[in-house]
Amino acid sequence: MISLRIALAFCATFIASSAHATLDEVIDRAISPLSDALSAAIFYEIPLPMVDQGVPFIVAWLVIAAVVFTLYFGFINLRAMRHSFGLIRGRYTPPDAVGEVTHFQALATALSGTVGLGNIAGVAIAVSLGGPGATFWMILAGLLSMSTKFAECTLGVKYRNEYADGTVSGGPMYYLSKGIAEQHPRLKPLGKILAVVFAVFCIGGAIGAGTMFQTNQAFSQLLNVTGGEASPLNGFGWLFGLGIAFLVGMVIIGGIKSIARVTAKVVPTMAIVYVVAGLTIILLNIDQVPAAVGAILDGAFRPEGVAGGLIGVIILGFRRAAFSNEAGVGSAAIAHSAVRTDRPVTEGLVALYEPLIDTVVICTITALVIIITGSLVGAGDIEGVALTSRAFESAFSWFPYVLLVAVLLFAFSTTIAWSYYGLKSWTYLVGEGKTKELIFKFSILPAIVVGASINLTSVMDFADGMILAMALPNLIGVYLLAPVVKKELQSYWADYKSGRLQTYD
Amino acid sequence: MSLYLVGIDGSAGGERALEAAIAMAGESQSRLLLVYVIAWSPFSFSTPEENAERHRRREEELAIAHSKLLQPLLEKVQAQSIPVEGLATHGHPARKLASLAEEHAARMIIVARSGDKPIKSRFFGGTASALTQSAGCPVLVVP
Repeated sequence: MISLRIALAFCATFIASSAHATLDEVIDRAISPLSDALSAAIFYEIPLPMVDQGVPFIVAWLVIAAVVFTLYFGFINLRAMRHSFGLIRGRYTPPDAVGEVTHFQALATALSGTVGLGNIAGVAIAVSLGGPGATFWMILAGLLSMSTKFAECTLGVKYRNEYADGTVSGGPMYYLSKGIAEQHPRLKPLGKILAVVFAVFCIGGAIGAGTMFQTNQAFSQLLNVTGGEASPLNGFGWLFGLGIAFLVGMVIIGGIKSIARVTAKVVPTMAIVYVVAGLTIILLNIDQVPAAVGAILDGAFRPEGVAGGLIGVIILGFRRAAFSNEAGVGSAAIAHSAVRTDRPVTEGLVALYEPLIDTVVICTITALVIIITGSLVGAGDIEGVALTSRAFESAFSWFPYVLLVAVLLFAFSTTIAWSYYGLKSWTYLVGEGKTKELIFKFSILPAIVVGASINLTSVMDFADGMILAMALPNLIGVYLLAPVVKKELQSYWADYKSGRLQTYD
Repeated sequence: MSLYLVGIDGSAGGERALEAAIAMAGESQSRLLLVYVIAWSPFSFSTPEENAERHRRREEELAIAHSKLLQPLLEKVQAQSIPVEGLATHGHPARKLASLAEEHAARMIIVARSGDKPIKSRFFGGTASALTQSAGCPVLVVP
């Protein structure tokens, strides 16, 4: 209640102090300096010789990790695909594990936290700023980051906490503290510090990318469908935010499981509808696909009119890929850690499919639809989800409404998932307890209102900054613990290759 | 000694199936296996919070199934001095009953016609009709 009151007082002060500006503008003005400062730090550009454009530090950090892990684990992202599919299908799950969390469920839960606006809005942003070529780099980044995801999710299961009452808590906080202490006793204090830093950033990510960005884009699509600038809803973002905050509050505070359960069932359906609609548009225009692929490949190496040229387009693609699949960020390790298995590496192998579905499949479809329908031409200042909406609309006039439902549901499910990640980080910092949990849950809600009220750029920068900052402590830990993962993988892979793994078909 | 497998689900229908099974087992000197399948699919969707608590919930579900559902029925059968065992497990009800019948070489599966909610069974077919289509042994459907 306290934080809610503070938030109300905060809003009231602003209403009083600015009779002329709308509430949305006021909130936007208050948040923008903060998000600017944060993104300046996270996206510090490392200057490159010979070109004007530098590489944002965090993007380099993620890409280097993805390449290193791909090489270190011997292209696990490619060679394990078939076996991972068997794991997801339940081919290696013993029948006495019925009723436990399956590999499929852990993957689906993690996906519902990542598949969302990053795929629909993020691709549109990359393509509108970087041209078709940005797609190529997004796909490449998606493929490479599968290896990062593999490593972090294996560690998430290996070092999770299992409590006496049968519940589990896992994620980077635990492998950073427990794993580093076990493998490198002298670095124990470092592990503890990294875990705390991660937890702090994760709370920020939950507020920024998990809630603010989601409601922001959901409202933007709502405006778009109801008439854009002229929409009667324009300027009422805060009201929309209040509505969403109320629903989220019902689930995370009121414990109304039915809403969460309905969302958990409808979200995958919406994802399938989205993919089918995208594929239909692509098939209807199959004759244009070679040209679109040509434009993607051509634009990837010879971009025209893109700020920063080749380096600029590479950075855009990699940045949006990182934001969409969150590999290296560590969030998925929290979701994957609940699976029931005695071989942690199996969950890492299952997690390979996350960036594959999220970035490689869904993002490619979105990009192809945008390019094929020619929506890029004369897009002007249409950005984010509005561009995707326009592309799908040119084939199916009713699609913006479907997309609205999809965006609302994706936003909602991602908010629920991230509020859980944030909560786990919060309880890691302050300890378990009902009151402590409530304090966190109440502080998530004002962020939803703020997110719906401010403009895309400032939300985007804040969200990007917070979520990507999580990769700093997380990847240091994954580097330190990579030999553990490699050992587990080698013994598991030897069992698999020699046919010692029992199958149940 | 032949074995009859009885599917129970906590409903009145399940008890009627058991009544029929008791009568038959008494006449033919057979054993009974009471099975309660908790509907569960490895391919359903859940929230992160549900996943974190899943193992605990599973143990709770099994404990309740044993103490509240199976135990009273087992005692009822034992009172008639018919040998009986009980089993609670997660899975797809019809498929699970069929595979357990095969595993235990059951002579017959006995289930009630109703059990599922009417709308659901209208669209997807109830457990009883699924069993009559797929089971490897005779199925007795009790009204």
